[in-house]
Amino acid sequence: MKLKKRKRLHTSDILIDIVTFILMLLCLLPLMNVVATSFSSSAAATAGKVGILPVDFTVNAYRKILDDHQFWRSFMISVVRVILGTALNIALVVTMAYPLSKNRREFYAQGIYIKFVLFAMLFNGGMVPLFMIVNKLGLLNSIWSLVLPQAVGVGNVILLMNFFRSVPKSLEEAAEIDGANPVQILTYIFLPASKPCIATICLFCIVGHWNDYFSGILYISKTSNYPLQTYIQLISATFDLSKVTDIEKLKQYLMVSTRTLNSAKIVISVIPLLIIYPLLQKYFTTGLVVGAVKE
Amino acid sequence: MRRWKKQIYYHALMLPGMIFLIIFSFVPMFGIIMAFQNYIPAKGILKSKWVNWDNFKFIFTIPDSKQIFLNTIIIAFGKMLLGIIVPVCFALLLNEISRKVFKKTVQTIVYLPHFLSWVVLAAVVQYIFAYDGPINSLRSLLSFDPIMFMGSNKWFRPIMIFTESWKEFGYGSIIYLAALTGIDPGLYEAAAIDGANRWRRLLHITLPGILPIILIMTTMSLPNILNAGFDQIFNLYNPLVYESGDIIDTYIYRVGMLQRQYSLATAVGLIKSVIGALLIAIANKLVTTHSDRTMF
Repeated sequence: MKLKKRKRLHTSDILIDIVTFILMLLCLLPLMNVVATSFSSSAAATAGKVGILPVDFTVNAYRKILDDHQFWRSFMISVVRVILGTALNIALVVTMAYPLSKNRREFYAQGIYIKFVLFAMLFNGGMVPLFMIVNKLGLLNSIWSLVLPQAVGVGNVILLMNFFRSVPKSLEEAAEIDGANPVQILTYIFLPASKPCIATICLFCIVGHWNDYFSGILYISKTSNYPLQTYIQLISATFDLSKVTDIEKLKQYLMVSTRTLNSAKIVISVIPLLIIYPLLQKYFTTGLVVGAVKE
Repeated sequence: MRRWKKQIYYHALMLPGMIFLIIFSFVPMFGIIMAFQNYIPAKGILKSKWVNWDNFKFIFTIPDSKQIFLNTIIIAFGKMLLGIIVPVCFALLLNEISRKVFKKTVQTIVYLPHFLSWVVLAAVVQYIFAYDGPINSLRSLLSFDPIMFMGSNKWFRPIMIFTESWKEFGYGSIIYLAALTGIDPGLYEAAAIDGANRWRRLLHITLPGILPIILIMTTMSLPNILNAGFDQIFNLYNPLVYESGDIIDTYIYRVGMLQRQYSLATAVGLIKSVIGALLIAIANKLVTTHSDRTMF
């Protein structure tokens, strides 16, 4: 009897392993195909012969990207945008979340401010009016159009506000007795106490800015000013033969089919995310749970 | 005196953020005035002609709008449904795996697509469902005719729903995995002594244990019924599948930004955001009355 039971458990364990493994492959294989394509010869790629391993291994596509000025320009625009955007996001999230985390006896206007903030979270004017404001401010085609309209992440403000509320009151009271002002209390008590939460928000912002292609489509009309994701969106949609000026260029083009080239560009665009992925995994999982168990 | 000083500090800290909110959130809200005008950019909001509800009447008379509304709801509902079922099942599967290394590897891989943008994943999806792509190769092995998946009105919606679930199911399971760790291990021990097998323990301990969080997540996803996922569809659709795949957000983009019919686009957007806000209020009410949480 006992033996039989053990065996039953064993088969169900194997079944669970197999199903989980298949689900994992389902996520992994399509991504591996992109990597494999980027390292394959264009002939193999266009013929659709590339599976999950490169066929006729070559780094031609990557070599070609090295000379692609527009690609690197867009890459740098995205890097600058992530730095500027995240810095601004974090500065505003921290300064807003702190007063909002006070109750109405500590900060008399808290009730009005929180209503404003929640209202901004629920309603928006939509794509067209926002575009007109950005246009009126003369931000079109500048990097600021990618940063300023999304400077305040209301959801993140609420997240950090709830986290600040869980910081023990006694710490703040002690600092107050010592004569610290609110800015000092924020910098020396609240910020160190909420490092994991701020790290999570920071990563939210980095990924959000890096992956955002649509601001680029809306606000930037010069292709040379596109951030990386917008640039990739563009090349996935179109193939421009007008850039081919002479036979040598044409040969280069034919040697590297657009499929291998695009795959290589996609792979490079994902590398920064892969670099911070261990951090993402650590903080996003905890951050999600912190956000979920708030009161 | 000191109390007032503190208040001034608080106001000063709020100030920069509020300025950004006013410029980029509240001022655009006045743009909804355009929904009640025949807005002409050269004239501006003050001088454009008022047409009252004409834009809205127009929306309800054109046949497109019914189709777009229907597409949005069907795609969004499908995503909501799979967005609950698949992550829950996956979390239950992972929970049964005892070997740490295997579990960790699986988690690392299935969370990854969540962090990639739809621009990148659209290229992947387009290749897989291409006419000469892997799925059609499989079909031809089984001697079926290849299908133009991305140009087929029959296949477009299922593909959108399935690929969204593919991208998000791993990440979506995190919250249920967290809830699963909160179940009292003593319950399992007691059940094992009573002779409950794995299936019965799942049915009578695990599922009831995470049912509250499943219900909360379902309620909180309710307001998304009009959000069919702009980024995904914008990167994957084409004129061939407008009939089945054009959703409210893509329609607003094309009408507003490409055709420059600002008034019409704003009116459509206003309808969507009013319904959306209403649904958020209802969902929040439901969550707060039936649990100790709020959505905000």
